Amino acid sequence: MSKILEEAITVVSPEHCKGCGLCVISCPQDVLFQIDGFNSKGYHPADYTGEGCTGCGMCFYACPEPAAITVYKKGAEHDAA
Amino acid sequence: MAKELIKGNEAVVKAALLAGCQSFYGYPITPASEIAHAGALFFPRLGRTFLQAESEIASINMVYGAAAAGERTMTASSSPGISLKQEGMSYLAGAELPCLIVDVMRGGPGLGNIAPEQSDYNQIVKGGGHGSYELIVLAPNSAQEMADFTRLAFDLADKWRNPVVLLTDGYIGQMMEPVEFGESVGKLPRKEWSLTEGFNMDENLVSSIFLDTDELEAHNAHLQAKYRKIEAEEIRYEAYQCDDAELVLMGFGIVSRILRSVVDRARDEGLKIGLLRPKTLWPFPKDAIREVAGTANKILTVELNFGQMVDDVRLALNGSIPVEFYGRQGGNVPTVEEVYEVAKTHLSAAADVSA
Amino acid sequence: MPKKLVLERPKGFYEKFERKPGDKSNTHYCPGCGHGVIHKLIAEAIEDLGIQDRVIMVSPVGCSVFVYYYFKTGNIQVAHGRAPAVATALKRANPKAIVVSYQGDGDLAAIGGNNILQAANRGEHITVFFVNNAIYGMTGGQMAPTTLPGMKTTTTPYGRDEDNEGPPMKVSELLATLDGPTYIERTAVWDNKSIAKTRMAIRKALQCQMDGKGFSMVETLAACPSGWKVDPKNQYEWMLENMQPFFPLGVKKDIRDERESWHRTPRDNSAEEVSEALDLNVPDPKLFPSEYKKDSYRNPSIKLAGFGGQGILSAGAMLANSAMEQGYHSSWIPSYGPEMRGGTAYCFVNISDQEIGSPTVSHPDVLMAFNRPSLEKFEADVKTGGLLMYDSTIIDVEPTRTDIEVLAVPATKIADGLGNTRMANTVMTGAYLAQTGILSREAMEQTIPKALKRKNLVDANYLALKAGMEFVENQ
Repeated sequence: MSKILEEAITVVSPEHCKGCGLCVISCPQDVLFQIDGFNSKGYHPADYTGEGCTGCGMCFYACPEPAAITVYKKGAEHDAA
Repeated sequence: MAKELIKGNEAVVKAALLAGCQSFYGYPITPASEIAHAGALFFPRLGRTFLQAESEIASINMVYGAAAAGERTMTASSSPGISLKQEGMSYLAGAELPCLIVDVMRGGPGLGNIAPEQSDYNQIVKGGGHGSYELIVLAPNSAQEMADFTRLAFDLADKWRNPVVLLTDGYIGQMMEPVEFGESVGKLPRKEWSLTEGFNMDENLVSSIFLDTDELEAHNAHLQAKYRKIEAEEIRYEAYQCDDAELVLMGFGIVSRILRSVVDRARDEGLKIGLLRPKTLWPFPKDAIREVAGTANKILTVELNFGQMVDDVRLALNGSIPVEFYGRQGGNVPTVEEVYEVAKTHLSAAADVSA
Repeated sequence: MPKKLVLERPKGFYEKFERKPGDKSNTHYCPGCGHGVIHKLIAEAIEDLGIQDRVIMVSPVGCSVFVYYYFKTGNIQVAHGRAPAVATALKRANPKAIVVSYQGDGDLAAIGGNNILQAANRGEHITVFFVNNAIYGMTGGQMAPTTLPGMKTTTTPYGRDEDNEGPPMKVSELLATLDGPTYIERTAVWDNKSIAKTRMAIRKALQCQMDGKGFSMVETLAACPSGWKVDPKNQYEWMLENMQPFFPLGVKKDIRDERESWHRTPRDNSAEEVSEALDLNVPDPKLFPSEYKKDSYRNPSIKLAGFGGQGILSAGAMLANSAMEQGYHSSWIPSYGPEMRGGTAYCFVNISDQEIGSPTVSHPDVLMAFNRPSLEKFEADVKTGGLLMYDSTIIDVEPTRTDIEVLAVPATKIADGLGNTRMANTVMTGAYLAQTGILSREAMEQTIPKALKRKNLVDANYLALKAGMEFVENQ
């Protein structure tokens, strides 16, 4: 089931994240953070606080990995969790 | 088509264009510059590419690019320039890219001089670049063969996905002789592996890098298997008056022309001397050498160097009969009389052995 | 371009990185690496510009050697520094392709310095993405031409010393001084704003090539946190503090609006077109039989010698050419090397009904001497029973040999009588024909117009040939 988003969200794929933290630095809303836990490669992957994303995409472009971050803007379709 | 009296160096260019060569990436160097001059004259007439690159290194890498794009392409240089191209030649062999490289050999080492020598044999035939690879090496001895072997070179290069070298010298390049050119090839088939715009390029990769040790070993095994097939199928040579020869002369390029005159003269005098001339220096006609060694007592190899091809002759014979060497160097080319005298001394020595 | 609602893995990347060993979805780059950011911007541009099936990416040597793992395009991996040379030929062979050379600072600015300079100056229709992180990454953190003063690398353990290694090289400024390039910009990936500018610059550079406007390059200052030994979280600060002062950002050259748009168009040549272009459409020559006056004149090796400028080489070539047309084997070879610039120029011509062995011989059957030094130098070489012809107008001594046939021909005087002393070579040729019968006058007359560059001299040379023949016939 997918739904049309009323608010933008940022989705981090924890296994693709190398924990460099550039997305956290780039986020103007300060809504990204690195978790204390590890992914299978031993990095602290980034995550979205779940609130406040404007869909600006800065984190997407700051991230060096192709598939670590996906930004869904307001009005985008997204699989409902 | 009428014959044309033409220099070997120019015949290469016309033959290349007739063979469908689309691009020439050159850099001037005596005595190979005439090939570039003729290239600059004729390639643009057909809307094809002639580019004088910034260096020998650039030109061989341009050949790498053009070959990767699937077109027939060439470069030409002379000994010091060939030394510079060696890295690129290793890459071409590693990535299995077909192309023609013409080497009009001159005197070395270092700047040497611009007179004819054959001292690039080792750096071309033994693979002067890094890695275990082979170049197909053709050694023309006339203007006609400069043309014929150019066509052959492109065909072999495409057939085997391997660089081919036309190994020649200033004499063969400068000499004018009648040449009968073949017909122009038609449209050549697209090479499936090439980077050709409009044909699923994203499936193709041109590369010589194999990071994994086993993958690189497998790639080398593949190359070696290919080389063994080439050795089985592509050896070319000329045996002249060898059937009953007691002494067989060996030489390539301009030397083989002199040796032919020596043989004619010897036969006029009733001396049993023959000539075995490799047309392919790699693959090397080892079996043909062993065959003439069945009747001959001795082989005399003549080269414009201090003995390079002679090593391969000795390896082929593995000590079964004596192999002698006579060489001139520095741009000096032995006269017919000179070699004839040398040959006679070896012939009598050979006769002593057999007696 | 419609505004995208989802920012996700660009289609310019392969769906899976099948060529990459191990993990097929991540890059091989270190955390925080600038290459990854630039890769994503390029992949996105390729998708958005709709050129995925036209792009050829050239992978260099360096950390980005594995560019071919990632981009869903044509891919080629090349030798260190040579990407612009390879790209040059790829583009010329594939004019519709979008050829992209992706290079690091060691590759582009050090070992490949001349290649980028020359490709830029030729205005090659290629796009270069130059990643400047001031260090060699792949080979172990060595100094690059762009390494900053005082910066410690594995080959500048005490810091880059400008007195030893010189100052950092500003490649974009250097290339922008050339007339060849169309668009050159230096950007950075050290904050959101600079990344946005880099994104635009990459698009401009690709569009430049798509529009047929010529050479474009984007130099991007990017981070190598591993090489610099800087925490990725601090890399932006590090770059702003250390790189920004040396490498000013901005457009260094942009003449896209002034440049005419053009594209190469490859041609398929018809067989007829090729023969025409190669001057091969020559009708078969007519055969004019002739008879040797003596058997010893048969299959001669001929040496022609004189001063440079006397037409020695061209007279020899004309003889060889005519002999070929009459069905003989023939060869012509000039004196080789520095000798040509000395006093005497000479060439060998062989004419034979047998295959020709050595093109030169120590003892020619025929010597044609056009000046005194040639006569003095080569008389002794003539084969016993051979023929020596000399220009008796110019040569004021007589040959001394008695075991050879000697023919004095006042070639220059005869040519002068016809109004041009430079035709002495043709007079001598005519005399040789009449003396030996090797070729007929008609045969040589057939050859002369083809061999002469200056067509207005054809008739005069016919007369010279005839005069030379008549001189011998009337003796």
